[in-house]
Amino acid sequence: MARTTPEINASSMADIAFLLLVFFLVTTEIDIDEGINVALPPWTDVPPPPVELNDKNTLTVLINSRNQLLVEEELDDIDNLRKRTIEFLSNNGRNPELSNSPQEAVVSFKGDVGTSYETYIQVYNELRGAYNDLRNDLTRKKTNGRISNFNDLDRTTRDSILIEEIKFELPIRLSEAEPTKLGK
Amino acid sequence: MLGHFKRKKKAMPAISTASLPDIVFILLFFFMVATRMRETEMKVKSNLPKATEMEKLEKKDLLSYIFIGAPEESFQKEFGSAPRLQLNDRLATPDEVIDFVASEKAKMRPELQNAIIIAIKCDKDADLGILSDVKIELRKANALKVTYITLKDDKKSR
Repeated sequence: MARTTPEINASSMADIAFLLLVFFLVTTEIDIDEGINVALPPWTDVPPPPVELNDKNTLTVLINSRNQLLVEEELDDIDNLRKRTIEFLSNNGRNPELSNSPQEAVVSFKGDVGTSYETYIQVYNELRGAYNDLRNDLTRKKTNGRISNFNDLDRTTRDSILIEEIKFELPIRLSEAEPTKLGK
Repeated sequence: MLGHFKRKKKAMPAISTASLPDIVFILLFFFMVATRMRETEMKVKSNLPKATEMEKLEKKDLLSYIFIGAPEESFQKEFGSAPRLQLNDRLATPDEVIDFVASEKAKMRPELQNAIIIAIKCDKDADLGILSDVKIELRKANALKVTYITLKDDKKSR
């Protein structure tokens, strides 16, 4: 006996498809990587002559192959590094043993071939962090608290003058030497 | 008077939702095709270290990736366990970096070639020796913008 089949309700199909869609949206990632930017010095065949730096204007940071840290010839901990670097940079001649001004101050940084990358990044992060903290403070001061992060300054507006000013007052002078070859 | 404002009742025809699944499926296929799960097969370990001072890398067309780390277990028989670098799909030595940079630059538009950014994804257990070899080669290849890819440290970030 011929019977008409009842029409199948397809409205839930949309829900199923939506679920699948959401699943794909969540699992696949359009990830934006984040990284610490570094500018390498250009290559020269002749090694550049060592720059004579006033010793008090240089902060020497060394890491050995056992991942120990030596700051200004004394053993130190990575957790103290940021504070010390900020102190060194923002000294402005007050303490005769630290830098004269941020423009003259140089942070010199050297690892060893046996140093682990993790330690290296931690140290680099702290040194960059010291500069970033100081730049953020200066940004806050110059904008009267309007903007508290240097990276939030917009290059396309009149803030670009401010960016140049801060870059001039607080240049990132982080010099990295070739690692020593003691480890391994 | 009241009767004047009364609307005439008209039966609304039901809107057919039969085409809705099709629309959603088209969306689904679009996402399945447009997003990709993983770009290259990883042949070296890359447990990234954590940091706080990084910036977002939004200019994807300028980025070229170099991976550094010990080879994965399945490749250790062939290549040993010392840290190596991976360029695109193959394991390489630091002296191949110059050619790699040249080929990556050749893929880019001429006006952007000097703005190339090398993104280094380095395993946290790798040592500084191989990294500094790579950096010397990058300097020789005149690719001076480098960025170390790290994960966000949630504990320390403010």
